[in-house]
Amino acid sequence: MPVTEATPLTRKDFQSDQEVRWCPGCGDYAILSAVQQVFPELGIPREKFVIVSGIGCSSRFPYYMNTYGFHSIHGRAPAVATGIKMTRPDLDVWVVTGDGDALSIGGNHLIHTLRRNVNVKILLFNNRVYGLTKGQYSPTSELGKRTKSTPDGSVDFPFNPLNIAIGAGATFVARSVDVFMPHLKAVLKRAAAHKGSAFVEVMQNCNIYNDKAFAALTDKTGRQQNGLYLEHGKPLVFGDNQDKGLRFTGTDFEVIELGNGRTADDCLVWDEKHTNPSLAFQMASISTGDGLGDFPVPLGVLRAIDAPTYDAGVIDQIDELTTARPQTLDQLIHGTDTWTVDAGGNVHRGAN
Amino acid sequence: MTLPIAGQTDAGKAAEATVSDVVIRFAGDSGDGMQLTGTQFTNTSALIGNDLSTLPDFPAEIRAPAGTLPGVSAFQVRIADHDIHTPGDAPDVLVAMNPAALKANLRDLRDNGVIIVNTDEFTPRNLKRAGYESNPLEDDSLNAFRLYQVALTTMTRRALEESELDVRSKDRCKNFLALGMIYWLFSRPLEPTIDWLRVKFRRRPEIAEANVKVMKAGWNFCDITDAFQVRYDVEPAKLEPGTYRSIHGNSALAIGLVAASRRSGLPLFLGAYPITPASDVLHELATYKHFGVTTYQAEDEIAAVCSAIGASFGGALGVSCSSGPGIALKAEGINLAVMVELPLVICDIQRGGPSTGLPTKTEQADLLQVMFGRNNESPVPVIAASSPADCFDTALEAVRLATTYMTPVVLLSDGYIANGAEPWRIPEVEDLPDLRVDFHQEADGFMPYMRNQETLARPWAIPGTPGLEHRIGGLEKEDVTGNVNYEPENHDHMVRLRAEKVARIANEIPEIEIEGPQSGKLLVLGWGSTLGAITGAVNQAWADGLTVSRAHLKHLNPFPRNLGDVLDRFERVLVPEMNLGQLALLLRARYLKDIETYSKVEGKPFTRDEILHRIQQMAGA
Repeated sequence: MPVTEATPLTRKDFQSDQEVRWCPGCGDYAILSAVQQVFPELGIPREKFVIVSGIGCSSRFPYYMNTYGFHSIHGRAPAVATGIKMTRPDLDVWVVTGDGDALSIGGNHLIHTLRRNVNVKILLFNNRVYGLTKGQYSPTSELGKRTKSTPDGSVDFPFNPLNIAIGAGATFVARSVDVFMPHLKAVLKRAAAHKGSAFVEVMQNCNIYNDKAFAALTDKTGRQQNGLYLEHGKPLVFGDNQDKGLRFTGTDFEVIELGNGRTADDCLVWDEKHTNPSLAFQMASISTGDGLGDFPVPLGVLRAIDAPTYDAGVIDQIDELTTARPQTLDQLIHGTDTWTVDAGGNVHRGAN
Repeated sequence: MTLPIAGQTDAGKAAEATVSDVVIRFAGDSGDGMQLTGTQFTNTSALIGNDLSTLPDFPAEIRAPAGTLPGVSAFQVRIADHDIHTPGDAPDVLVAMNPAALKANLRDLRDNGVIIVNTDEFTPRNLKRAGYESNPLEDDSLNAFRLYQVALTTMTRRALEESELDVRSKDRCKNFLALGMIYWLFSRPLEPTIDWLRVKFRRRPEIAEANVKVMKAGWNFCDITDAFQVRYDVEPAKLEPGTYRSIHGNSALAIGLVAASRRSGLPLFLGAYPITPASDVLHELATYKHFGVTTYQAEDEIAAVCSAIGASFGGALGVSCSSGPGIALKAEGINLAVMVELPLVICDIQRGGPSTGLPTKTEQADLLQVMFGRNNESPVPVIAASSPADCFDTALEAVRLATTYMTPVVLLSDGYIANGAEPWRIPEVEDLPDLRVDFHQEADGFMPYMRNQETLARPWAIPGTPGLEHRIGGLEKEDVTGNVNYEPENHDHMVRLRAEKVARIANEIPEIEIEGPQSGKLLVLGWGSTLGAITGAVNQAWADGLTVSRAHLKHLNPFPRNLGDVLDRFERVLVPEMNLGQLALLLRARYLKDIETYSKVEGKPFTRDEILHRIQQMAGA
């Protein structure tokens, strides 16, 4: 049925008829729910959404969304999505990927899509483990992690996904957590509104192979103690009673206790629009993301800058040249140098 | 043919001789501009109305060490007053800009052939670099040829004495001195090249004029001195009436894809990663944005094919173009297109291999790769272009198959026809096939894997269409519904269905036609770029009174429906291939017929005579 403005979409409109086959208790359910709640609020007709994924647990996502969907091959979703967006700018293209899909086998496509600022939204579900292949360590697994493929502990240094995105020149970089529903929805909305590549890391619990990987952040006390909720133009304050803050020494971030004369005014005011990505990179680096270190875990929007998108640039050139250089197919086929053989076998330069 | 040596006429004026056919090879250092020189001679001859065929041969290195054998770049062109099929087996004329160029090309030169050398480059140092122990211009080693010694560099500098250009820039014009001489020797006009220079260097007129001056100096040198005793002419070929242009295979492929885009109404999207010898397709299509063409230089071969698949999903004409090493990387992507049943055209401009192999040399050894180089049962239609101009028609056919059957299609070309040129009789646009495509619109009863009962194609339902929201992917699909399905019977059904869909193409493609006797002792069967050499050889065999037939395959998967019957009608079947017998393997497996392979994997095409000798052996001459 054609969707019109008269019939506002609901969450139900985005639920497909397919049985969801993630493990019971998987963090992916919450993310699916958040997306199904956010999409109807974006004011975009359902048929304009395309969700592209690669391979892995997270990449089953498109099957559960009643939109156009493409479950592609391992690591290549950003490339498929780029081809869609370059030729169909009217579509709202989302990529759903995981830490192995995006950062290991598909690392090249991820960084180049971000570098080009293709107008697609990339949701990276980071559970720090390979789930669908049954429990090997991933490029985001912490050092020393024991898995089936690292029985003696991993000696493989992990990536910080945010730093990959910032380093690749992403114009929108954000992070949220599967179980922080209001926060996750707000971040998804921000990503949806961004013009250009939007990269969102979603910390996601794999209760089978890497349970409680983010428990220090997601449990009752962790949410306040260990989460740093970034807001543009607001000071970096966190803690149970907003009693701690972060200040910038000029070279590093430093946790300060508020009170005794120290106030939020002593903390750095967060600027997500800073053109130089260095501060966002440093902010992403303060924590490994699990809430176990001395610093809190930065959540929310780290970076959101305006920049031209690749797809628009490509399409603008095509539009300009289509107007500026009108040429028929016949002219193209003829080229510039032709000769004609007439019925008598005589040859002369040029066309008939 | 051998160029006649007529005696000098009175007053020192050169005699004039008309020849029907001549082969000229320009050879020099990679930086000497030999490809450009050869191309100019080709284009001028095309405008005169000669039939022609070219064979560029250049090293993989952009600038190998100057003066060395690996750095030699050559361009062979054959012009004729009749229909020709190959760039010629042996040059009649060799222009050698340095000792290395002479050494690398001399063995191919016809006896009594003409050699023009740049004596300025025959220094002890350059002779040593080329591996000459003594100067071939001074010993007797070139006695079997007609040697013309010209101080090209000195004459070029002299011609440009008044030019403001620096010496290096002046010396770079010396190829145009040689070109001017060859234009005189073969009675060609200078105007087309002068026109070209003035357009090409419109922002640097001093360069254009220096080259014009030097080219005229070369012409005048021949005209006023008695350097040459004979001057030749090659009359226009008696080609079928029509308008012609000279075209390279890669250019014909690019234009063919644009034509297919226009005839189908689908915007063309090319995802590509630079690779020799396919890059020119990307370069050329990048200049056709005004035809709505999107070119995407992706981060790698995998992204190139995946972006094209994404574009096809969105309703564009997705194309990816590469050579063997790149095709290997695309295998998983092509298989995704097999599974999701989306149209996709993969162009494989084959080169020598395996691995990096011989990037600038030609080979036909990717046939089995494109047939079978993917995991599991992965049927993909395969078609091959047989000449530079045929790349145009083959591009249209690839698009037709891809959109009609909702399948990836592989188009095989190779370095020989990609870089080679020939005259192309320009078709009328309205005579091109109608490739119009209807996207599925009807939401009632829509299932993503329901099928056209004739072609077995599934509907092309593109995002943005209300009510047709659906999901596709690489997991096995249930027929009709398109739901993920792991049931044994469904998988067996789908594997057979995908194979049957491709096999049914044989129902509507043309039957293979036999030239010559329709049955008998010997059939020469070819595919791809061997067409010219095979045609030339069989024509000569007929002229020599031999009984032989020939046929040529465009469709390699599926084969034309009458192929088995055709093979059975001949006692012996000879398949010349630039590989170790890949088509022969397929034919034997499919038809249980013994096939005799004639292999050549030297990185260069068959000569006519090589195939002719084999026919003579087999047909008993």
